[in-house]
Amino acid sequence: MTLNITNVAVLVVLGLFATGFYGLLAVRNLIKVVVALQILVKGAMVALVAAGNLTGQLQAAQSMALTVIVADTIVAVVALALAVQVRRCIGTLDIKALTSLKR
Amino acid sequence: MWHVLASLGILVCAIQAIRSQRLLMSALWLAGTSALVSLLLYLLGAPEVAVIELSVGAGLVTVLFVFAINIAGEEAIHLRSPLPRVLTWVTVIAATVLVGWMVFPGMAMPASVPVAEPSFTTTLWVDRRVDVLLQVVLIFSGVLGVLGLLSEGRAGAQKESRQ
Repeated sequence: MTLNITNVAVLVVLGLFATGFYGLLAVRNLIKVVVALQILVKGAMVALVAAGNLTGQLQAAQSMALTVIVADTIVAVVALALAVQVRRCIGTLDIKALTSLKR
Repeated sequence: MWHVLASLGILVCAIQAIRSQRLLMSALWLAGTSALVSLLLYLLGAPEVAVIELSVGAGLVTVLFVFAINIAGEEAIHLRSPLPRVLTWVTVIAATVLVGWMVFPGMAMPASVPVAEPSFTTTLWVDRRVDVLLQVVLIFSGVLGVLGLLSEGRAGAQKESRQ
């Protein structure tokens, strides 16, 4: 396998996916879970653009990647707001402490 | 050559963002990941998305993280992960192999003939206008989320000042 840019981009996609997925499974801090989710979504975005590069449809890939960026940012904003609320209500960011929905 | 360096940097920054014990350092490593991802996107021939990723991913999201960490407080959790370590690694490796198994056959296909595409502006505003509408709705949701965060901060500050 040659190290051209598309192959390298696919390897980056796999690396980002593995790192983000590991973070989602192994991390107990709520804010770090959001960090892991961001890494996972960056992998998806690179995959979209690499696919566009490979098929010669870069403009369509770019517009889809733009939607991914917007959705990812909104998810981060809402998730961080929720993390702050959880910290205020429960006093910790440990996801193991989220055993109840009551205040 | 640049794409290999950028890719190595992306992976190092992403792993450090997960490994770092301090939340602030984690957010900064994530910003580095975003900046290098934008460089890779530029090298892949997508400059518009690269600029947006640089400004939103490395700029706005990092500011939001620092803001949230400032409000919630730096709390490094050194406890064990919720899943057994072996199960975590097996799940991650299995999922990554599955994704690679789906992606790599597509890489072996012969390179397609470049299609005469409309410009990015036409593609975004005409061909994918439903996506743009969805983005507007999402942005309004995000604004409401930020307002909720800010108003909660104000309520908390008022409560503290009363005490």
